[in-house]
Amino acid sequence: MAKKLMKGCEAIGEAAVQAGCRLFFGYPITPQNEIPEYLSARLPQVGGTFVQAESEVAASNMLYGAAGAGCRCFTSSSGPGISLMQEGISYIAGAELPVVIVNIMRGGPGLGGILPSQSDYFQAVKGGGHGDYRCLVLAPSTVQEAADLVQDAFDLADKYRNPVMVLGDGIMGQMMEPVEFKRSVRPDDLPDKPWATTGAKGRKPNIINSLYLKAEELEAHNWKLAAKYDEMARTECRHELWHLDGDVDVLFVAYGTVARICKTAIDALRGQGVRAGLFRPITLFPYPGNALIQAAEKAKHVLVSEMSCGQMVEDVRYHVAGRRPVGFYGRVGGMIMTPEELVSEARKLVGTRG
Amino acid sequence: MHTEIILAGFGGQGVLLIGKLLAYAGMKAGREVTWMPAYGPEMRGGTCNCTVVLSDRPIGSPISKSPHALLALNLPSLDKFEEAVRPEGIVVVNTSLINRLPNRTDVTVVAVPANEVAIECGSPKAANMVALGAYLGASGVVQLDHVKAIVTESFSAKPKLVEVNHAALARGFALGQAAATAAVH
Repeated sequence: MAKKLMKGCEAIGEAAVQAGCRLFFGYPITPQNEIPEYLSARLPQVGGTFVQAESEVAASNMLYGAAGAGCRCFTSSSGPGISLMQEGISYIAGAELPVVIVNIMRGGPGLGGILPSQSDYFQAVKGGGHGDYRCLVLAPSTVQEAADLVQDAFDLADKYRNPVMVLGDGIMGQMMEPVEFKRSVRPDDLPDKPWATTGAKGRKPNIINSLYLKAEELEAHNWKLAAKYDEMARTECRHELWHLDGDVDVLFVAYGTVARICKTAIDALRGQGVRAGLFRPITLFPYPGNALIQAAEKAKHVLVSEMSCGQMVEDVRYHVAGRRPVGFYGRVGGMIMTPEELVSEARKLVGTRG
Repeated sequence: MHTEIILAGFGGQGVLLIGKLLAYAGMKAGREVTWMPAYGPEMRGGTCNCTVVLSDRPIGSPISKSPHALLALNLPSLDKFEEAVRPEGIVVVNTSLINRLPNRTDVTVVAVPANEVAIECGSPKAANMVALGAYLGASGVVQLDHVKAIVTESFSAKPKLVEVNHAALARGFALGQAAATAAVH
C-alpha cells in the first residue's frame, strides 16, 4: 500500500481495521474525535460495527462483552473519558480479555483542557482502576509508529489476554504524517479463541468472570496475573536509542512526541559540541529498565522531559537508582516544550555556556 | 533541506487546506513531512493556523517557534507571527485584508492582493491558493506542478474548481517569483 498523509487519529482508526478489528465502542472527546469519526464511516465498509455508546462506562462494558465473545474490539478516548472507563478496564483485566484502548492525552486533572499533555502516565502504567492489575502500555512517537503499534497492540492483547493501552497525546492525534499500513489481517485469518463465549454447542460452557469469592482462588488468580505481567517484562520491553554510539554528556529520556522534540534539541546540542543522546521507551509497561540502565551508564547526566509535572521520571529514578543524577524538565497544561528550552536545560546540567 | 512554515488566517479561509496541499506535495517529492494544526477552542470567524515542516531527514518537533516562512492571510496572523520568522525568511502578506506591510526588513516580503486575484481567477474562495502559489513562487520549496496535480486529484469530483484553483496557484506563483526576484536585486 502506498504512503498516505493521515492524521494520527485517522491512522489509528485505519490500523485497527487493518488489524482485523471490526468493532468500536466509544464516546466523543477532544482531541481524539477523529478516531470515532473515521471509524463511523470506515467500519460499515468492511462489515464492522461502530457504536457511539451512551457513556464511556457503557463503552468499556461493551468492550468486555465483545471481547468475551472472542471479537477484536477497541475504544479510544482522552483522560476524562479514560477515567470513566476504569471500572470496565479493571473488570476486563480481571476477566483476562483482550482489548485495545487508545488514550490521546489532554491536560488535567478534572476536565482540564483539550491541548496536548502526558499527564495520564501514572493512570496508564500503574493500574488506573481498582485491583492488582496492569495494562501493557505502548507509546508511539510518530504517526507511522502509532499505526504499527496499534496493529501490534491487538496481537499483544490476544497473546496475553490482557488490555493493551496505546498512549498518545494531542499532537500525535492531530498531526498529519505519511503513513503506510504494512500488514493487513482479516478477522477470518485470526487464530481461534477457544476460551471465548461463542455458544457451548458440543463443549462445556466457557465462563468469563472476574469474581472469586474464595480467598484461595482469588490469590491463585492474582498470582497467575502477576506471572503474566512478569512474562511481559521478560519478553515485550521495547525502546529506541538515538545518538548513543559512544558516551554522552547528557542523556535525554522521553517518550511519545516529547522524544521527537528532544531529537531536535539533541541535533542543536551536537552542533554546539555537547554530546547528547536519547533513550526513548516504547513500552511504558513493561518499562525497559535494563536497557535504560545501560544507556544511563554511558551518560554523565540524565534529563527526563515530559508534558507532566513529573511522572515517568519516578520510574527513571527507580531504575537508574542513583547511578547518575536525574534532572527533570516538564511543561504542563497544554504548553509544549521547545527544543530551545531543552537545549538550555541540558546546558545547565553539563555546565557549558552557549 | 529543512523548512518550517506557518500558515495562518481566519477560520474558513482555507489555511489548513493549503497546509495539507503543501505537506502532500512534499511527501510526493520524497520528503519527510508533518502538518500540525493549532486545535485550541476557536469561535467562528476566529483565527486558525497550522505548521508544516518539510525536511530531508526525520522530523523532530512538528511545531515551530521560528519558522522559515509565514503565510499571513489576515491581520491578526501577521501581528501574531511576524516577529517569529527567521531572518532571511519569507513572509507572504494578503494585502486584500491586511492594511500594513511587515515591519521586518530582514525577510523577503511577498505582498499579494490574494482576494482580488482570486476573484479574477473565478472565485474569491481561492485566495488561499493565490497565497500558496505566491509562497511556492518565492521559495521553490516544492514544485508548482506537484501541487497542481494534487489539486486535480483532491477536487476530481468538481472539475470547475480544479480550473479556478490552478489559475489561482499560477497567478500567485508569478507574483511570488516576481517579489523574490525584486528582493534579490
